[in-house]
Amino acid sequence: MSGAARDDRPVAFIKRALYKLFGKAERVFEYAFGQRCNPFTWLGSFGWFFYWITAATGIYLYIFFDTGIVDAYASVEYMTNEQWYAAGVMRSLHRYASDALVIVVVLHLLREFAMDRLRGKHFFAWLTGVPLLAFIYICGISGYWLVWDKLAQYIAVATSEWLDALPLFAEPIANNFLDSTTLGGRFFTLMVLIHIFAPLFMLLLMWVHVQRHSNARVNPPRSLAIGTLVAMVALSLFYPAVSQGPADLDVVPATVNLDWFYLAGYPLLDVVPGGQLWLYLIGGFAMLAVLPWLPPEAKTPEAMVNLANCNGCSRCFDDCPFSALTMVPRSDGKPYELEPVVDPNNCTSCGVCAGSCPTSTPFRRAKPIEPGIELPHRTIGALREQIMAPWAPPNGSPRVLVFSCDHSNCERLSGDDIRVVQLPCVGMLPPSFVDFALARNFADGVMIAGCAENDCFHRLGNEWTAQRMQRQRDPRLRQRVPEERLQMAWLPALAGRRREAIVAAFRKQLKGSSDG
Amino acid sequence: MANVYAVTLQALAYLGLMAVIAYLSASPAYNYASSDVAAIKLSLSHPADRVKPCVRLTPEQIAELAPNMRLAEQCERERLPLTVRLEIDGKLLAQIEALPSGLWNDGPASVYERFEVEPGRHAITAKLRQSARPDGWDFTHAEDVTLEAGRYLTITFRAEAGGFRFR
Repeated sequence: MSGAARDDRPVAFIKRALYKLFGKAERVFEYAFGQRCNPFTWLGSFGWFFYWITAATGIYLYIFFDTGIVDAYASVEYMTNEQWYAAGVMRSLHRYASDALVIVVVLHLLREFAMDRLRGKHFFAWLTGVPLLAFIYICGISGYWLVWDKLAQYIAVATSEWLDALPLFAEPIANNFLDSTTLGGRFFTLMVLIHIFAPLFMLLLMWVHVQRHSNARVNPPRSLAIGTLVAMVALSLFYPAVSQGPADLDVVPATVNLDWFYLAGYPLLDVVPGGQLWLYLIGGFAMLAVLPWLPPEAKTPEAMVNLANCNGCSRCFDDCPFSALTMVPRSDGKPYELEPVVDPNNCTSCGVCAGSCPTSTPFRRAKPIEPGIELPHRTIGALREQIMAPWAPPNGSPRVLVFSCDHSNCERLSGDDIRVVQLPCVGMLPPSFVDFALARNFADGVMIAGCAENDCFHRLGNEWTAQRMQRQRDPRLRQRVPEERLQMAWLPALAGRRREAIVAAFRKQLKGSSDG
Repeated sequence: MANVYAVTLQALAYLGLMAVIAYLSASPAYNYASSDVAAIKLSLSHPADRVKPCVRLTPEQIAELAPNMRLAEQCERERLPLTVRLEIDGKLLAQIEALPSGLWNDGPASVYERFEVEPGRHAITAKLRQSARPDGWDFTHAEDVTLEAGRYLTITFRAEAGGFRFR
């Protein structure tokens, strides 16, 4: 979201507005839950979490559910009233978790859009997420049908009337729900099957959805998961989900209590012709599907392997956040087993691979510096030149070298004693550069400023960087680097004046250590 | 102290989630239809006559056909539209023209409509035209029916069972 000229097209305008809105809301949640557990950065994982709750409770409910249309309502009533402490709670959890699924999925979609994580090579997760939306609704709506209460009757009639607006059926499907004498169990059985198989197919799509993400985060942090589950169980106990009286096709279901998470579109059927509503729906989905190309992202060169300097250590393969690298048998006759191959369709040009390469070191004597893998347009050699440029603050204050990612808005930091070096992602920074800058006296302190924890634009860049600098992941920062001369700051893009405050505190710390 | 605020905010966040789900999962109620009125559902699916009547073939004509195509009658596929008219107490409630289904317009035409009407005793007449006749109806059914508020009267049609049926 930073660095580019202001785009006033409607999509960009909406994106900016949402970006600000999320920024403000997330600040509150970050204060409450801490940055690592900010629920907004775990929305996708919560989607999985609520899916599993819905699936597990659904399996339990199926044990007691009678799939015959005549006995379905009675079996649900038995679960709700007679077995309220177990199946009743499960029923409520089933409903509330599926409602929560809609909340987190919609927020996830809006947030990824606001953060612009849908264009270019990010399109895959977005595009595969669009049919997932449809599946969530198919699962939810077919579930309400199975209770066969007044709400189910309303849904059955309204849905079949809506389906009849499509020129697909020789006879109206609504004929199945004309009156109590025409009601047959066949269509009901079909709904039971849909409610079982649609979630299974949805799970397959969810798996496809994260296919281009290595180390996909499909579980929220334990504390958040426990807190949410406790809240859901408490809600199920104190406000259990109930049916709305048995369905009677001879009686008009005058008033129904809709689940607005799933059924908000149904009242539209009373004011908009069904065919028109289909057009809106298909148009809406098509619009969502093409959003990654509105406008298309400028193509950036993919990472390039330099086999002459690669020993096939696989660190780039391990660290790539988008599964863009595969290790294949060596092709150049060198005595190493493997070599990396870049998949240009998956590579987002984040540079995390260059940061992981042990040959990406400014200390190398060979010139020019050509590591085993790097970005051709943002080379490690050019990075070295940037930090080696002469620099002498006039007031003699400590020189702070800031390595900042393109998404953390650190270009705003200014001052004679600050030099900001922009990287596509902080994950591109090899730890040896920190050592180099300090040991060769190109800076008095180094600050690494990346996206907020668990919210890296390139998924894992800030996490890997933190681990490398804390000497927990290869390539590790050398032991000789004094900890007080390195500052890491993981900040949301709308961090306000927090960047300046962190720099000021770091500057003070550096001054203190040099005076001491 | 900051910790107390954070925990309070956490609790509020969980309560907020619970409140939003609890409320929107079953409210506000939606008034689908007025409970003071009765409703009529008209539903039928019936093939109208063919656009051109079938032609009876002579034995010579049949013999000229391939053995697997030998039928006594030759019929064009396309069917006429179906016209259905519903009157209540002598007044027109609806007149619907339904086109035949299928890519070749050779399938049955379907009608499915819902109407809200005042409850009480009514003289209801249903008429259907399936032929090319310029006026008049091929099927007519009239019945005095008591419509109750909040309940449906279903009108269906099966030619082989004699035509319209009110339930």
